[in-house]
Amino acid sequence: MDIHEYQAKEILARFGVPVPRGGLAYSPEQAGYRARELGGSRWVVKAQIHSGGRGEAGGVRVCKSEEEVQDYAQSLFGRQLVTKQTDANGKGVYRLWVEAASEITQELYLGFVLDRKSERIMIVASAHGGMEIEDLAERDANSLRRMVIDPAVGLVPYQARELAFSLGLKGGQIAQMVNVLTACYRAYRDLDATMVEINPLIINGTGDLVALDAKMSFDTNALYRRAEIAELRDRSQEDPRESMAGDHGLAYVGLDGDIGCIINGAGLAMATMDMIKLAGGEPANFLDIGGGASPERVVRAFRTVLTDRNVQVILVNIFAGINRCDWVAEGVVKAYREVGMTIPVVVRLAGTNVEEGQRILAASGLPLHTADTLAEAADLAVGLRLKRAA
Amino acid sequence: MAILIDENTRVIVQGISGRIGQFHAADMIKHGTNVVGGVTPGKGGEHFLGRPLFNTVREAVEATGAEASLVFVPPPFAADAIMEAADAGIKTAVCVTDGIPAQDMMQVKRFLRRYPESRKMRLIGPNCAGVISPGKGFMGIMPPHIYMPGRVGIVGRSGTLGYEAASQMKALGIGVSTSVGIGGDPINGSSFRDILQLFEADPGTDAVVLIGEIGGPQEAEAAAWAQAHMSKPVVAYIAGLSAPKGRKMGHAGAIVSAFGESAQEKVEILTAAGITIAANPSIIGATMAEVIGQRAAA
Repeated sequence: MDIHEYQAKEILARFGVPVPRGGLAYSPEQAGYRARELGGSRWVVKAQIHSGGRGEAGGVRVCKSEEEVQDYAQSLFGRQLVTKQTDANGKGVYRLWVEAASEITQELYLGFVLDRKSERIMIVASAHGGMEIEDLAERDANSLRRMVIDPAVGLVPYQARELAFSLGLKGGQIAQMVNVLTACYRAYRDLDATMVEINPLIINGTGDLVALDAKMSFDTNALYRRAEIAELRDRSQEDPRESMAGDHGLAYVGLDGDIGCIINGAGLAMATMDMIKLAGGEPANFLDIGGGASPERVVRAFRTVLTDRNVQVILVNIFAGINRCDWVAEGVVKAYREVGMTIPVVVRLAGTNVEEGQRILAASGLPLHTADTLAEAADLAVGLRLKRAA
Repeated sequence: MAILIDENTRVIVQGISGRIGQFHAADMIKHGTNVVGGVTPGKGGEHFLGRPLFNTVREAVEATGAEASLVFVPPPFAADAIMEAADAGIKTAVCVTDGIPAQDMMQVKRFLRRYPESRKMRLIGPNCAGVISPGKGFMGIMPPHIYMPGRVGIVGRSGTLGYEAASQMKALGIGVSTSVGIGGDPINGSSFRDILQLFEADPGTDAVVLIGEIGGPQEAEAAAWAQAHMSKPVVAYIAGLSAPKGRKMGHAGAIVSAFGESAQEKVEILTAAGITIAANPSIIGATMAEVIGQRAAA
């Protein structure tokens, strides 16, 4: 789960990371007020959306007067900001962060991630920050420093010092960097984060380290024990179909094609999408109904897939282990009748209670297209799609 | 022969009296798995499904000589249950639970390192379908009737895709020695490489199907190991050729975030290591049949 920059800054500040003074605004007037409240003569106005690349997309600007802050804020509110990380719809801007502008003498990169190789938290740092880590890895890989943290003892101060010195920091900056690293690590560990990124971490005009930007993501599996984090969820930044599906125990990811998919198991879902592509079609979505799906959950899956107006054919592919084909078949029949289906539905059932499932489908008298194998199902779905287009 | 479980393996089920544990434990017993007891704290001394219940894994191991444990414990308590099994002397634990926090798994992996190799527990999963040696026994949630006993090993992240491979092979008359689901989480107990090692050493396995997916370094690691150490042929399929970068595809671990993690890159790495690729998921069985046929002819 992602949170906004200002929320990440508030959290990290609580753990001891220095951040610029700033305030949140829900309206242009409030943005202007925030600037006056902060004082000074230069402010940075930053659109709060769950995406990187905001600067290039026009979502960040340095303003030199209260009027400019207010005018720029006016232009941002309610806008869909399209960055290179979002889809073509972009993300809606409903909150702004107004910050006292900082003088920048150097930009560093600092990230904490889950390293899947060592299966531990890894620090990635560079003395050359300011660009996306992917670009940094491509253009300036030699500047990247990596350090793995042993979960049994946590980040040991000597590791933090080594890292600080290796980045070329000097004097009081060493202690500041040790403090920043320790704070980020504790925030990561104590709040079940999956990512903490400060980019850039700057050296300001007085030679001090300040987190100019901050990003945090959290482990959704751990939200049950992190109520204060769960509260920060912002549904305006999510694809409404994906979050609605998630509320009903379905893993859904919207894609660009027109063959709707209803499948059990993430691996089989990806494999079915691959088969559709191979057969000459394009999947409209990834959808995993999960384990032990009730007929009602299957109906919900149909409704979710059908919210996508591009869908021309639905392909149901179930290989039941912990699921039951009879329940899935009941769900298919129920959904077909309840939603008044107008597009073809292909169903392939295998595994637990498959005979009973097939019997339910046959007895329904509905014009369902059934298939016995994965290849057959994909070919059938793509064939029906082409027929509709003709 | 088989790996991880056979008809003699003494199995306990942690969380046997829960709704899901109950259903699958009964199915395991029905299909001949040697289930010797269950663990539910507070219910020690009672019986369930005709098997004795214990308060702790340690008591269960002492009383029954259990070597393996199937963990059906909800996510908040699963890491604890796994560590309890490791400390009680269980040799193999299979954890089906989906949704364990990543930091809990980090802690589990660190914990398992406290033991010397000789008494270190092997963990399969979490978030996996389990392990089955067809005709002998299974620990997990798979439908046992889709597997035919035989001499090909299966290892995969996805449960349902493992079923798909097993049923395609059965249709072609190819049986399975053992099928292992290593699970879809970013941090898991056993990697592809760990399981390939077991199959390579197993006289009952002639060839292996490896079913990978986008995300993580484990397929590449397995490819390097197989190239250097494996005499048995491996057929691989990687799911997610059509998956967009940066989006999580259901499994917490199925997200392309670094070089070498996309399906296309993994296919290239595996091919370079001499592994035969099934180009699409509907020909996993046929590809294996071809590879076995070539071996037999050679």
